[in-house]
Amino acid sequence: MDLLVPFRYDFMVTAMWVCTLVGVVCGLLSAFVTLKGWSLMGDALSHAVVPGVAIAYFVGMPFALGAFASGILAAGAMTYVKLRTPVREDAVIGVVFTSFFAFGLLLISLRPSQIDLKTIILGNVLGIPRDDALQVTVVSAICLLVLALQGRDLLLVCFDPGHARALGLRVNLLQGILLTLLAATAVAAMQAVGAVLVAAMVITPGATAFLLTARFGRMMGVAAGIGGTSSFVGAYLSYYLDGATGGCIVTLQTLIFIIVLVFAPKHGLLASRRARQAAIA
Amino acid sequence: MNAVAPISLEADSVTVTYPSGQTALHDATLSLQGGTICALVGVNGSGKSTLFKALMGFVMPSRGTVRVNQRPVREAQRKSWVAYVPQAEEVDWSFPVSVHDVVMMGRYGSMNFLRIPRAADREAVELSLRRVGMWDLRDRQIGELSGGQKKRVFVARALAQGGRIILLDEPFTGVDVKTEEAIIGLLRELRDDGCLILVSTHNLGSVPEFCDQVVLINRTILAVGPLDEVFTPENLAHAFGGALRAFEIDRSTVQAHDGRHVTVLTDDERPLVLGKSGHLEYRERAGREALISARERDLETAQAALDEAKKGSKED
Repeated sequence: MDLLVPFRYDFMVTAMWVCTLVGVVCGLLSAFVTLKGWSLMGDALSHAVVPGVAIAYFVGMPFALGAFASGILAAGAMTYVKLRTPVREDAVIGVVFTSFFAFGLLLISLRPSQIDLKTIILGNVLGIPRDDALQVTVVSAICLLVLALQGRDLLLVCFDPGHARALGLRVNLLQGILLTLLAATAVAAMQAVGAVLVAAMVITPGATAFLLTARFGRMMGVAAGIGGTSSFVGAYLSYYLDGATGGCIVTLQTLIFIIVLVFAPKHGLLASRRARQAAIA
Repeated sequence: MNAVAPISLEADSVTVTYPSGQTALHDATLSLQGGTICALVGVNGSGKSTLFKALMGFVMPSRGTVRVNQRPVREAQRKSWVAYVPQAEEVDWSFPVSVHDVVMMGRYGSMNFLRIPRAADREAVELSLRRVGMWDLRDRQIGELSGGQKKRVFVARALAQGGRIILLDEPFTGVDVKTEEAIIGLLRELRDDGCLILVSTHNLGSVPEFCDQVVLINRTILAVGPLDEVFTPENLAHAFGGALRAFEIDRSTVQAHDGRHVTVLTDDERPLVLGKSGHLEYRERAGREALISARERDLETAQAALDEAKKGSKED
């Protein structure tokens, strides 16, 4: 078996670099998302973009714009309901994102000939049109730029919003930026792994990295590494397995998480068992 | 460190109403100058943290204004004038940041847009960490510290920030005695440098130890002024309502009453009072007559022994 076969096909090369790029961006962002406690929000936004994508396809505008608008609208709706009612945050998120998702499914089912439900829900990066690949690249590049410029301020807002306010940082604006980045990566990652699995891309690498290091900079690096590598390898493997790329990528990420969970030097299950036994002895 | 004119902090009829419609603070007016340590005293829910938030510009007053050095709060924030030392419960201690990282966050206000530290920032961080005795632990993740060390990290951050007004929220909760003394010593130094130190606490006993001024608060400001003028039984009763526990010596089992009062006041904790020979004292005499008469006999025996000793020494 020639291991370089996938590199001979344009569609495979495109799929592999799109996935790697998305994996790296999602990985970087996952460090913030998991520390801020916004994992559920990541899940919600990835589902909430679906109606926007459907509408974008119907009217023929770039899918990224529709998806992004839909995600921001959902985030706004969640914030509004949370501020105006005593309903708890997780319930608010649950109500809003399922309504958006349901509306999206309804729209797609009304016009089945125009748009493929499977593409949106499961992703179809192996058949990604040139135009869509370009949109993913642009969105990812913007996310990387914003993270490079605002990363430290975002970190401070995640860690100690009170101190950030005392220094005159615009905390609400920065939280808005983080939420916007989350929506933007959800849009990009949807192409790679599909709307349902986007949540894993913005949570699992960060959760894995958190177990491995006690420094934020390293955590971002490790998360980006896990995201990028698993996405590249996942896309590559999906050629041989002839299976869903998103499924391959997220399964790989989960495997890495499990290995780290068991073997991590400090927070791993084996390490805590050793520490317990040392404490008893 | 900074021999500039003392900073001023003014709140003028500040009322804060939350979106839920609840007014947490009503018509609060105060004016404080640098070079003082001021306690903010009140029961839980008295509006202490709301006043703190209003002074730092975290909440916008629905009426009234807050001014720092005659300037709006927003400007004071940009100039890093106001530093804040949070309560331990407000901090996520599992966050992957080191002691050094946290103190460096104090320098963000004086860094450029990208927040890349320069030599001056590193120096300020080192100086602050050495001042609180935490330089050797600079690479520790913050969760691996003791309660007192955790507090010192955040005090160091306020130092590194170079804040002229430093607000500390319940700084001595969960802190060992040594750290408490070290922090008090540091606050005194900062006061002598012209800083204004504002400490929120519900722990009455600690206030006379280190504060020069007191603000008594219960939904509004009840009294402001020097410690001995404000810390009167009437004012405290007013501020705390029924939430104070009193241990009045003349009603207690403590022996040798002469009719005058010594009162031990505490807020939520009951005081543990030990008598002169190290035994437990009780708040009420009623029902403990046997104990009291036993103590009186002890006292007579002790007195007799003392007289005997005196007689002996005179004869020598």
